[in-house]
Amino acid sequence: MTWGALEAGPLQPAMRRLGRLSLRAAAAAMTVGLLLALPALAKVFHVVFVLGLATQVLIYAIAAMSLNLVLGYGGMVTFGQAAFFGLGGYTVGILHQQLSEAGAFLGLVPGSDSLVVCLAAAMLVSGCAAAIIGSLSLRASGVSFIMITLAFAQMLFFLFVSLKTYGGDDGLMMRHRDVAPFFDTGDDANYYGVCLGLAAGWFVLTARIVRSRFGFVLAGLRQNERRLMAVGIAPMRYRLVAFIIAGMGTGLARALMANDLRFVSPDMMHWTKSGDLMMMVIVGGTATLIGPLLGAAAMVLLEASLAAQTENWQLYLGLILLAIVMLTRGGLAAALDRLFGGRR
Amino acid sequence: MIVIEQILNGVEFGITLFLISAGLTLIFGVMGVINLSHGSLYMIGAYAAALIIAHTGSTWLALLGGVAVSAASGVVIEMVVVRRLYDRDPLDQVLATFALILMINQGAVMLFGRQPLFVSMPAVLLGSVSLLPGLSYPIYRLGVIVLGLVVAAALFLLINHTRIGMLVRAGATHRQMVRALGVRVGRLYTVIFGFGAMLAGLAGAIAGPITAVQVGMGEQILILAFVVVVIGGVGSVRGAFFGALAAGLVDTMTRAFLPMVFRQLMNGSDADALASGVSSISIYLLMALTLLVRPRRLLTGTP
Repeated sequence: MTWGALEAGPLQPAMRRLGRLSLRAAAAAMTVGLLLALPALAKVFHVVFVLGLATQVLIYAIAAMSLNLVLGYGGMVTFGQAAFFGLGGYTVGILHQQLSEAGAFLGLVPGSDSLVVCLAAAMLVSGCAAAIIGSLSLRASGVSFIMITLAFAQMLFFLFVSLKTYGGDDGLMMRHRDVAPFFDTGDDANYYGVCLGLAAGWFVLTARIVRSRFGFVLAGLRQNERRLMAVGIAPMRYRLVAFIIAGMGTGLARALMANDLRFVSPDMMHWTKSGDLMMMVIVGGTATLIGPLLGAAAMVLLEASLAAQTENWQLYLGLILLAIVMLTRGGLAAALDRLFGGRR
Repeated sequence: MIVIEQILNGVEFGITLFLISAGLTLIFGVMGVINLSHGSLYMIGAYAAALIIAHTGSTWLALLGGVAVSAASGVVIEMVVVRRLYDRDPLDQVLATFALILMINQGAVMLFGRQPLFVSMPAVLLGSVSLLPGLSYPIYRLGVIVLGLVVAAALFLLINHTRIGMLVRAGATHRQMVRALGVRVGRLYTVIFGFGAMLAGLAGAIAGPITAVQVGMGEQILILAFVVVVIGGVGSVRGAFFGALAAGLVDTMTRAFLPMVFRQLMNGSDADALASGVSSISIYLLMALTLLVRPRRLLTGTP
């Protein structure tokens, strides 16, 4: 950096910046191309399990991107994201159960196995839950906020454990994936496509949000709440909307996973699941756009590859996480930034 | 009579919770570190005590060993990992201590396997005493209550009437000021961390004969301990004491009596399942209400 600035005229730094930009664009294009070509590649190289892993990564990426909106950009440390994760999953599971038993939820809502209906319902349910939980818990801040969100998630967890009608501890099995018109969702490549499309859509949506006026206010509230209040902004409204969007995204993610695994259980509401999602965001890099994608990919792939190698994979996962937090300030996104000589 | 017995059980559970949350609240209040690995220290204490009792048969040796091993582990964890994180983002602390949980749990699996260890009660404390006519209570649980109260009293004396207690109180109120006044906070932090680990280890050692010693026992109780810390007010040992008793009593009482109530309303197995769910919820409800009604803290005051 220093010798370049000394030696060259003003043109040099501009050129270098352009070089970095095109390097990033190339990396992004390669990633997108790889993701699009993955089903074909998996078939050619006879590694079909890769497709399942990639689907998991995409689904967790949606959840992590949603959490990042609240945790990273909004600076609201919620420890209860698993509540919305679980509600999204149970919405799909219960609708499926109602259909096979020809019953109606609370005697009002008939069952369904349409993918579009189920995903929309999951987002609606988790969004409503986020509105209720958010409007109560956002009155607190700091440690109190962490603990209240945890409390709500734990309450929902124990509620679903004790509801025998919906499987209790054992959870609910689904006979088949929800169906969609025009294509067969039972085919793994097709389902991967659905998840890829939705993850890409959610990425674009998140990118638009954080660059909008709303996104700037949200980040501003994280940095200096008092100053924004002084210019006439009511913090609660912005935070609540972000909380609801994040809840909906997380619900959508688990609804997709419920269809992928054809199984829902209270485990997905346990506090360690909230922890897992937080880890993905922190490992990837908070308040960055690609951080949650990197974090989700890193955690899912690390877990899968370590578990295939050794029974004691958690030990190594712990070591790697510890190394990441000790050595990279700002997670993988910051490390990549430094590697490619970013702005930092 | 059954009510009194359940109240005693609640107090006994509350005492165990207090021993864990006292350390947690000090580490949280004085150093500002969210230490998720505190539950692992509880587990380490339980394993150490269980192994010592299996090899020597001496309860006192087991108690001492459990406390010593977990205190030593706490000091090592502080010096190797936590010390580097004081100035970092709280989320980094959460991630690092979560990584520690993974490693310690897997380490315990590698060393001792997934099978829970069952610890036999010491012979002296086996059996029960009759407290009132018609009310007999296990000696061991009574011993736990007495031991816990003694430790609590010692802790109050330590914090309110010694120099190190004064530093702890000062640290919980105003961290920067303590540092600015020239106290060697690094050493203080190590001592507090080790001390908290010691109390967690003591809780693990005495809980061994009552519950099974197994991997994951720490995480179950960790969240409850955090609940207690928040109900009592971060950094306040006195708050943790009353918070722990409240949480222990609420949990035990709802667990004992709700099934009877629900059985009046619906059939047996559904009632039991729902009652166990609702009693697990009750502690969190207690915390949420506390935080919503009095967002600052339940008990304001000195640690």
